[in-house]
Amino acid sequence: MMLKIKRVPTVVSNYQKDEAGDSSRPVGGCGRNCLKACCIPDAKLPLYAFKKVNGKDLAMHECGEPPVAFLDSLLLGEWEERMQRGLFRYDVTACETKVIPGEYGFVAQLNEGRHLKKRPTEFRVDKVLQPFDGNKFNFTKVGQEEVIFQFEASDDGQIQFFPNAPVDVDNSPSFVAINVSPIEYGHVLLIPRIFECLPQRIDRESFLLALHMAVEADNPYFRLGYNSLGAFATINHLHFQAYYLALPFPIEKAPTKKIANLNGGVKISELLKYPVRGLVFEGGDTLEDLSNVVSDACICLQNNNIPFNVLISDCGKQVFLLPQCYAEKQALGEVDAELLDTQVNPAVWEISGHMVLKRKKDYDEASEGNAWRLLAEVSLSEERFQEVNDLIFEAIGCSELDDNVQCDKEVDAVSTSAHPTVVVAGSKECVVLQ
Amino acid sequence: MLMDLCAQIQRSFDQLYTCHARHSLDELPDSFTITDPHIPGHPIVFASPGFLKLTGYARCEVLGQTAAVFQGPGTSRRSVMEIREAVREERTAQVVLLNYRKDGTPFWMLFRVSPVFSGDGGAVVHFVAVQVPLHKKDGSGVRDFGFGCCRKEVCTDSLSELGRVCSVEQVLERDVIELESEEPCEASEEEMRSAVTAMDNIFSVLTHFSEATGRLVCRKRCSIPDVGLLSTSLIISLGRIKQSFVLTNPHLPDMPIVYASDAFLELTGYGRNEVLGRNCRFLGGTDTDTSTLYLIKESIKAEQPCTVRILNYRKDESSFWNFLHISPVRDASGKVAYFVGVQIEESNKNDDRQCLSPEKRQLSVVGVVKVAVRSLSMSAGSSKS
Repeated sequence: MMLKIKRVPTVVSNYQKDEAGDSSRPVGGCGRNCLKACCIPDAKLPLYAFKKVNGKDLAMHECGEPPVAFLDSLLLGEWEERMQRGLFRYDVTACETKVIPGEYGFVAQLNEGRHLKKRPTEFRVDKVLQPFDGNKFNFTKVGQEEVIFQFEASDDGQIQFFPNAPVDVDNSPSFVAINVSPIEYGHVLLIPRIFECLPQRIDRESFLLALHMAVEADNPYFRLGYNSLGAFATINHLHFQAYYLALPFPIEKAPTKKIANLNGGVKISELLKYPVRGLVFEGGDTLEDLSNVVSDACICLQNNNIPFNVLISDCGKQVFLLPQCYAEKQALGEVDAELLDTQVNPAVWEISGHMVLKRKKDYDEASEGNAWRLLAEVSLSEERFQEVNDLIFEAIGCSELDDNVQCDKEVDAVSTSAHPTVVVAGSKECVVLQ
Repeated sequence: MLMDLCAQIQRSFDQLYTCHARHSLDELPDSFTITDPHIPGHPIVFASPGFLKLTGYARCEVLGQTAAVFQGPGTSRRSVMEIREAVREERTAQVVLLNYRKDGTPFWMLFRVSPVFSGDGGAVVHFVAVQVPLHKKDGSGVRDFGFGCCRKEVCTDSLSELGRVCSVEQVLERDVIELESEEPCEASEEEMRSAVTAMDNIFSVLTHFSEATGRLVCRKRCSIPDVGLLSTSLIISLGRIKQSFVLTNPHLPDMPIVYASDAFLELTGYGRNEVLGRNCRFLGGTDTDTSTLYLIKESIKAEQPCTVRILNYRKDESSFWNFLHISPVRDASGKVAYFVGVQIEESNKNDDRQCLSPEKRQLSVVGVVKVAVRSLSMSAGSSKS
C-alpha cells in the first residue's frame, strides 16, 4: 500500500506553479534572470565565504572585525530589500503573533495568507528517500532576485565577502534564497550545491554547511531546520530553512537527560517533559565532530525509512533530532479530525514550539494544552522511540571504526569531553572500561 | 573607542550612585557585578573584590565585558537562557551555573540577578548579579565510580593540586573533574539565603548613594513606566546596532524620538537627553526643502517606507546632506508601533571600507529593528505589552 496525504503545499518561490497537472507546463523560454544556462553566465550574486574553524579555535575569540556581519548586515539587509521590492506573498510582520501563556511559552502566529490560492496536492509520505525529479518544482527554477547570496567555505582561512561575485556552476555553489511565504522575519532557504540537484536527503557535507551557517549567524535566535520527506518537506530538492525569532523555543527550554558521550566530545541527551520524544546533540571538539554524529544519525533514519525533523539551535552548538510519525498516522486515518481541521502541518518549527495557525478561531483559542495535544500526536511511542534509538546508536557506533567511537549509553558515567585547560590526554585512554 | 567605553562605564555608575558608592561596595565581602543594559553589549560597570578573587581576573579586565566571558563548554545553555529571559522580562532570577575562572578552571555557583529600577519613570537602569560559589556535598554524584581518593581535592576546588598526581592517575582524575563540572550542583538553603542577603546589602548601598545624586533607584518598580518607555530588552537589542538611526513613536503626540543610537548623537552633535521626546524636525533648518518634508509626511501617513536626500543641521548649526531612509516597524500585534529613520551622511556614503551599499546598510538596520520590536513584544509578560 502506498501512503499519501493531501495538503496544501507551501509556496516558497514565486516561480513555483501549481503542481497539480502541470505536466504540460512550458519549459525554458526565458526573458528573466533565471538560474538556467541562458542567464547564469551573466549573474552576479553576493558571495559570503566562511572561515573553517579547526578544533579548539571554536572557543577562541575572533580577532579583527569580519568584513560584513553575516546575520545583522548581510542576511537581514538583503531580506528587507526583497521585502521592499514586494517579492513576498505577504508582510509577515503584519501577522499577529503571541507567546501562549504557560510554562513552555509556545509561540502562536495567525497567518491567514500563507495557504491561500493553492489547491491541496497529494504527497507520498511513506518514503523518506525519493529520487530527484527534474520535472517537479526545484530551486534551479527560481529567479535570481530570490537568491540573496552564495555561501561557501573560504579557501584562505579568513571570512571573505564579495558583493558581486559571478556564479561558478562548476564549483558547486550553495545558495541562500528567500522563502516567499515566510513564517517569520528573515525566513530563508539554504540550498546546498544547488546545481547538483540533490534530493531531500542528509549527507555529511551538506549538514556541516548548515551548521556553519548557524555559526556564522552567531545569534541564538537564528535557527536552522530540516524536514525529511514524510515529515512535511514539500520539495524534494535538498534544502534547510532558517529564520530569526528573538525568543527561546519551548523545545530549547525542555529539560534533558544525558544518555551518551562519544569520543570527539559529542554528548547525546534525551528530551524530557516535552510532547515529542527526541534526541539532543551537543558539544564536539570540532564542529565537524558534532556534524558527523548528527548526519550519521539522520542517514540511519533515512535508510530505515523513518521520517524526521532536525532543529539546529544556539549558534550551531545544539542539534535536536526528532523522528516522527504524524503523516503516517494521518494517511492511515488515525489522527483526530479536530486536529486535522486546524490544518497545522507539524514540521520542524511546529515541533520546536512555533505554531503557525491558519484560522482566527484556533489562534484565539491557542493554549499550551492544545499545542501539547497536537505535538503528542507527532511523537513516536516510547517503545518505538527506544527501538529507533537503538538503530541510531548502532549506526553511530559502526560508522566509525571500533575505538574511535565509544558509546556509554545509559551508563551516564565517563565523560571524554575535555576543557582546554584540563590535562590533555589522548581521547582513547579517557574511556575506562575495565 | 576604548576610552569611550571606559568613560561610559564610569559615568553609568557615578551618575546614579556617585563615586563614593564604590568604596562602600568594595567593603562588601560578596562576589557581585553590576551591568548597564543601556550601553551597547550590556557590559559590566562594577565588579566587587569578591568577584575578582573568585574569577581570578583584574578589575580592568572585567569592566566592559559581558557575562559570556565567564561561560564555557560545560555551562548549561538552558541556565544561560533562563538568565537571558529574566533580563528580557526585567525580573529577578536565580540559577545554578557553571562558570570559568581566568585560568580556565570551572566552578559552580549560585547566580542571582535582579533589576535596579529608576525611582522616576520606572525604567531599568542596571542589573545586579550576585555569585555564591557552591561546594559539592559529600555523597553527591560521583562516589559510585570509586574515585574516592581524589574527591576531596575536587570538592575543595583545588584543581591545581591535580597537576601533581602521577600520570597513570591523570586520566582518571580528568574524568572526575569533568564529571564534577558536568554534574549539576544544587544550592543549599544556606547558600540561597546568602545570595539574598548579599543582594539586600548591595541594594541598601545603591539606594543610599542614589539619594545623594537625586536619581533615586529602587528594587521594585515603584512608579508606572512612562508612556513610550522602551523595554530594557529592546534597548539592549537596539544597542547592538552601530549605525545612526532613531525610533519615533507615531502614537504619541507629535511623534517624538523614543530611541536614538550613539552614532546618531555623534552625527548630529546632540546629547541623548536633548533629542529624546522631540520630533525629528529640529534637524531641519532654513534651507531644508519643504517638498522633501512633505514627501516624508505622506509616506508616514501611508505607512510606507521612503528614501530621501534632505539637508539637515547639527547642534553646532553646520549643515549636511542626509541620505535618509524611513520605514514603518510593526509590533507583534501586526500594527505599526514605530518608524525607524536611518541616516547616512552623504559625504560618507561611499565609504570604501564598507562592503555593502549604503542602501543595503540602511535596510539591514530596518531589519534588525523589525525583528527586535516584533519579537520583544510577543510575550504578555514583558514590561510593555
